[in-house]
Amino acid sequence: MAVYERWLLPDGVDELLPPQAVAVETLRRKLLDQARTWGYDLVAPPLIEFLDSLLTGTGNDLALQTFKVTDQLSGRLMGVRADITPQAARIDARRLHNDSVARLCYADTVLHARPAHMMTGRCPLQFGCELFGESSLIADVEAISLMIESLLASDQQAIHVDLAHVGIYRGLIGEASLSVDMESKVFDALRRKSVPELDELLGDDALVPESARMLRYMASIAGGPEALMALRVKVGGVSAEVDAAIDDLESVAQKIKQRYPSLEIGFDFCELRGYNYHTGLVFAAYVPGYGHSVAQGGRYDSIGQDFGLARPATGFSLDIKVLAAISELSVDGDRTVYAPLLDDAGLWRAISGLRSAGERVVQCAEVVSVAGHRQLVLENGQWVVRAIGE
Amino acid sequence: MSEKKEFLTIALSKGRILDETLPLLASAGIEPLEDISSSRKLVFETTRPDVRLIIIRATDVPTYVQYGGADMGVTGKDVLMEHGADGLYEPLDLKIAKCRLMTAGPKDAQSVTKGRLRVATKFVTLAKNYYASKGLQVEIIKLYGAMELAPILGLADEIVDIVDTGNTLKANGLEARELIHMISTRLVVNRASMKMKHHRIQPIIDQLAATVAQKN
Repeated sequence: MAVYERWLLPDGVDELLPPQAVAVETLRRKLLDQARTWGYDLVAPPLIEFLDSLLTGTGNDLALQTFKVTDQLSGRLMGVRADITPQAARIDARRLHNDSVARLCYADTVLHARPAHMMTGRCPLQFGCELFGESSLIADVEAISLMIESLLASDQQAIHVDLAHVGIYRGLIGEASLSVDMESKVFDALRRKSVPELDELLGDDALVPESARMLRYMASIAGGPEALMALRVKVGGVSAEVDAAIDDLESVAQKIKQRYPSLEIGFDFCELRGYNYHTGLVFAAYVPGYGHSVAQGGRYDSIGQDFGLARPATGFSLDIKVLAAISELSVDGDRTVYAPLLDDAGLWRAISGLRSAGERVVQCAEVVSVAGHRQLVLENGQWVVRAIGE
Repeated sequence: MSEKKEFLTIALSKGRILDETLPLLASAGIEPLEDISSSRKLVFETTRPDVRLIIIRATDVPTYVQYGGADMGVTGKDVLMEHGADGLYEPLDLKIAKCRLMTAGPKDAQSVTKGRLRVATKFVTLAKNYYASKGLQVEIIKLYGAMELAPILGLADEIVDIVDTGNTLKANGLEARELIHMISTRLVVNRASMKMKHHRIQPIIDQLAATVAQKN
């Protein structure tokens, strides 16, 4: 075995070293503390559980993403979680016995069998907030607001929030009654906004219903409030589901804009991520300098059903490692007080005093001369803190 | 980071695509400040101070655009199908550098092959999916070029490759067999850029679309 085979980590598996580890941990605490002030209760679901529970509901999208092992006690397949959201839904449905609103948050490592996209690794640190039991738009607005606050807490300034609604596509494709094969081709082309392919698929065929052609239009518009207005003009009245979805988008966008006037809000009607389990409004946040969404979420009302209790649900999640890496957060507390390596009772008391005040004190034989750091020196029989070099 | 905020970066590749794309971009008011084909530089400023062009290999265009290194890119549908276009938008067919993705094999070859058909190609995923859709499991042999040699030297029974005029095939005693896909050049856009830089990107797409429509 070559030496490098002993220390190389698997692809996509990383570890955090001192400055980054502190930055990530600081951000994790900040986000959880903030979620707490919003009334979200912390849960810590297990790292591993039966595959059947992990892959229910939201889960089916996660089948390929989940590492699997056989449980030697039961012979059943277990999975290492690739997403905490289904676990939170299970907890809400089976453990809390609560008919009222439940707010849960979590921050823990998940494992992906393959990276979710090319800019991320296989063991993200997932932070998320989930709101169960509230079906009105108030819940959607709260989830989006808390997502924005989480990004603001990590010093992100230029946040772009993208809103979409699965009801628009669902309504149009329902009206269109295409064959299963055709529908999956249209879905695929829409996700890529491939207008040429949609033209090819839906083109001049007189048999293709009008609502299917509206899907083509849906692919070509995106942008600010004007895009939503344009969509309403074009597809309004096609079905009640589509109209309701457009109303929801408009109303939520208005409320978010009221709270965050300088925030950029965009609409993208082809955003069909998690289409299999999302049931309503979906949203994502983008920041400059990162070619992928940094946080994402949406409504998933039907997941609890698989656990025996269907509850309205919405929430968001983000990868703290990614957020910390692109936020370049400055970490306080790396300023160190150096103390000499002496067996002196007075010195020990001084050091203990500083430590209980939250200072970082290192005893060493030789003081490292680093600008900004301080040292403990004996002056007139008293141990006092002085800047190094003074 | 600040550089990324300011610039709109468009990824192009040298050769036929570049020659035919530059006039289209010019119609949208984007022209390189120096001659790209005679320069060894990889980044070029344009007549629009907020837009720059980068020159990379065609097969790398989807990667750069997916990653967000470039906001937009121009590449062949063949590359996109092979690469998998997850995370990309492909809003426009530029209708240039048109060709066909085809299977080809030796002229007058016996169609009966013992065991699995061996196929030489650089489009590994595409070829596998194509034959699978025909109900055939094939052995794919990945090559980077000069595919036509493979059947001649007995390395493969068929090849999957881009066919333009068909002259290379003919010169090597091969014939084009089945059409897999018509290929043309596509404009691709990074998802995040499409959202965050929508006000700058959409007018370029619209202008390019208008020029393409006029030409065809």
